[in-house]
Amino acid sequence: MPKRIRWLPIAVALGVVVLVVGATRTAPRQSNRTPDLEVVPALPETVAQVDKFFETTWAEQKIQPAERAPELQVYRRLSLALLGTIPSLEELRQFEADQQPQRLERWTQRILNDSRFGYYFSERLARSLVGTEGGEFLIFRRDRFTNWLRENLQLRTPYDQLVRHMIADTGLWTSVPATNFISSAFANDDLDENKLAGRSVRAFLGQRIDCAQCHDHPFDHWKQSEFQGLAAYFGQVNKSAVGIQDFSNVDYKVENRKTKVQETIAPAVPFHPEWLPKTGSRREQLAVWITHPDNRRFERATANRIWGLMFGKGYFDPVDGLSDPPDKTDLLDILGADFRQHNYDLRRLIQVIAASKPYRLDSIHPSEDENQVEELKAQWAVFPLIRLRPEQIIGSILQASTLGTIDQNSHLLFRAIRFFRENDFVKEYGDLGENELTEQPGTIPQALLRMNSKLIGDLTEANLVNSPGRISGLSPNDATCIETAYLVALTRRPTAPELAHFTAQLQAASKNERSKVVEDMFWSLCNSLEFSWNH
Amino acid sequence: MLNEITRRDVLGLAAAWGLSFALPPMDLRAAQKRGSERAKSLIILWMAGGPSQLETWDPHPGTKIGGEVKAIKTRTKGLEIADLYPLMAEQIQDLNVVRSLVTKEGDHERGTYMVKTGYRPDPTLRHPTLGAILETELPLAGVEIPRHIALGDSQWPSWGGFLGAEHDAFKVYNPGYDLHNMQSFRAKESQARRLENLTVLEKAFQAGRQAQSKKTLHSDAIKRALQMMSSEQLRAFKIQDESESTRKAYGDSQFGRGCLVARRLVEEGVRSIEVTLNGWDSHARNMESHRSNAAILDPAFAALMNDLRQRDLLQSTVVLCIGEFGRTPQINPLEGRDHWPTGFSCVLGGGGLKGGMVIGQTDPDHAKTEPSDPILVPDLYATILKLFGIEYNKEVITPIGRPMAYSSGKPISRLLG
Repeated sequence: MPKRIRWLPIAVALGVVVLVVGATRTAPRQSNRTPDLEVVPALPETVAQVDKFFETTWAEQKIQPAERAPELQVYRRLSLALLGTIPSLEELRQFEADQQPQRLERWTQRILNDSRFGYYFSERLARSLVGTEGGEFLIFRRDRFTNWLRENLQLRTPYDQLVRHMIADTGLWTSVPATNFISSAFANDDLDENKLAGRSVRAFLGQRIDCAQCHDHPFDHWKQSEFQGLAAYFGQVNKSAVGIQDFSNVDYKVENRKTKVQETIAPAVPFHPEWLPKTGSRREQLAVWITHPDNRRFERATANRIWGLMFGKGYFDPVDGLSDPPDKTDLLDILGADFRQHNYDLRRLIQVIAASKPYRLDSIHPSEDENQVEELKAQWAVFPLIRLRPEQIIGSILQASTLGTIDQNSHLLFRAIRFFRENDFVKEYGDLGENELTEQPGTIPQALLRMNSKLIGDLTEANLVNSPGRISGLSPNDATCIETAYLVALTRRPTAPELAHFTAQLQAASKNERSKVVEDMFWSLCNSLEFSWNH
Repeated sequence: MLNEITRRDVLGLAAAWGLSFALPPMDLRAAQKRGSERAKSLIILWMAGGPSQLETWDPHPGTKIGGEVKAIKTRTKGLEIADLYPLMAEQIQDLNVVRSLVTKEGDHERGTYMVKTGYRPDPTLRHPTLGAILETELPLAGVEIPRHIALGDSQWPSWGGFLGAEHDAFKVYNPGYDLHNMQSFRAKESQARRLENLTVLEKAFQAGRQAQSKKTLHSDAIKRALQMMSSEQLRAFKIQDESESTRKAYGDSQFGRGCLVARRLVEEGVRSIEVTLNGWDSHARNMESHRSNAAILDPAFAALMNDLRQRDLLQSTVVLCIGEFGRTPQINPLEGRDHWPTGFSCVLGGGGLKGGMVIGQTDPDHAKTEPSDPILVPDLYATILKLFGIEYNKEVITPIGRPMAYSSGKPISRLLG
């Protein structure tokens, strides 16, 4: 139907070609094949500060936090948040063989160096920057934008620089990919300055002023005039044959809703005008103002977003609904200051969060009272259960169905299959779009999809190369078979009752039935709450 | 099918799994009610891509903008429609034609959002579609299958938005054939073993995570899925049970089968149904694509209207045929028409709405672009919400804490009886 769809088959075909070509060109990634000792940056001071912040709060509130989670479980969380999939058996064996100190810190570093990290995390970040909708045909190139983000994540380009490029770059959406931040806001051939003003404040300052577009904010301090002043920074933008450009002779005009008269609005920032530079285009000035080192909102917003991408929900919820920076230093200031002092390095920010106490806590807590558990969650004293995103689910099911790691070095066929299956599955499972970092319950179509879809049937049916087939065929005894299946699917070993349950099943099975029993075990592992919720 | 599990099997499995859910008794009496006594349902025939008003419900033959199409008289006095719709000409008398819909969205994705929700796209929240609001506000006892269903291959099937993903339409991509993911392909003993395994796994995982696990609704979703897999109401999807002449009347097309399934779903008490017909985006050779699409839409829509009337379901079923926008009055060099959100048509009626009206007018000379008596989508939806007895301007608190009315419009009183 709509014109974009007609391109889909071609795009998919091209995608496969790109995959194939890409795979033959990419140098083999060493880190996955050799036992390594990555260099870990000096984090202890900041991490100690973060931990102290939580310990003090917990003590004040008389909260008993959860115990530390098993390291394997933390590794699973890291892999899901940063690579979009669970660890393979191959990786788990290496992880367990590594007995050197600071194992999790080093493995976090290793995950960040994995090429899969760039691919996955750039896509996650892009949602807050350009949304998930298709945008205007031809002039919005989401793929270019995410590629650009990916390359810069790998190069460790300071994030403030990236943001300045997004806000202020001029040129074509193809050759200057950062301009897609601007071109994503074209609708019906017109630039929506309001959308850019709202999005900039949400993505870079972590606040919502969107309602002030039409009226003064009902429960916050934002004024409509402040919103319009910000929108005016985008008021000279237009597209031309050479792409996104600024036309300095253009006035930004808005119709006064009461008088119906067109009024010229001058660019203005809602606070700290002294951060504005004296020169540059309107957008360049805004870019400098937003990323000014004194602008606490910028670092706090980024810290809250990265926290959200790691945990599945922002430190403050909603992730872009922050209040004005408080007088007293809070967690976001600790994380934000470290981020600023270390060159706005997103990867370091991820490492600090990954090493902090809340990230290492168990999702188990002795309290069974629902309200109390909500309170514990609010104080990050227990790890929250968060529904996995569709691509994390399918990535995990695909990974669980094979024993080796599906990555850049995997057999092309595996990757092509993954490419197609992921896309279909994500569509059916339902994507939450831009407003993703919130708690959501499971739905019936998702349950049906996991239980009965052909894809799951294929993946759990034993054959010569997949996990169910190899595990049931190659395990020397029942206990190894069950243990391996648990490691592959749940990144843990079975409990005693679980082991007893499946051992009894295997022992009762005739030789012919054995593989069916293993298939059913696999199906159940992939359909469990534990599998499809981050814990 | 050999391995198809029956209702009794599932109840047995469920018991074995320690599931204490009781299947609610089906309210047969409610399903059998007819006329205005019956709970109301909504069927939206979604014309994806944006059909031309001129080649459907608002022809202007013999004018500069009219193109090749001719007009025919209908059973509504004074109403003429494109001659591509001879069957609808005989069935349109209970429906109203609105010829003056106006929005500001001329892009497919944005236009779809606007016309499905009544709101312009907003980056901070996602509004629910009309169908999702009805399903949320008017829960139904005794319906085991989903109460909000999208039939056909839709790119943006009806969604729950801020009401939650559980209010998204249940998607059936190819109606009339086997339902997707609704059957287990395993033998009974395997299925039993799997569910038994799940109990063991849940027990191990939930130790120390009781409260958090409960909130995920994971096992509730599985229970509901099992319940649905074995529900007798799934018969609504089996159009093989219809006579050959009925199936023929709806037409041998995905959309025709969708319309027939939609009628059967209404009979089971399903609240909101969306049936999608693709292929309206006629940037080139407009007449050709409208002719081929009319050959699908005309029999399906007419058979649906006829059936609803024959079965005395029209009083309780609102039918709305609409797309994301119309098409330009000018014909472009490729003999196509482009996107046009300023003065396009929809057809609606049933469910207690008045019928036989023609609202609004577009200018045959195209001297003025704005139609007379313009109708806004929010007003249209306020009308339907009111008809269903829902407070159309009720404000709900969205997850981001911002209050939002179901509709920002006002009911169109002349449509309400």
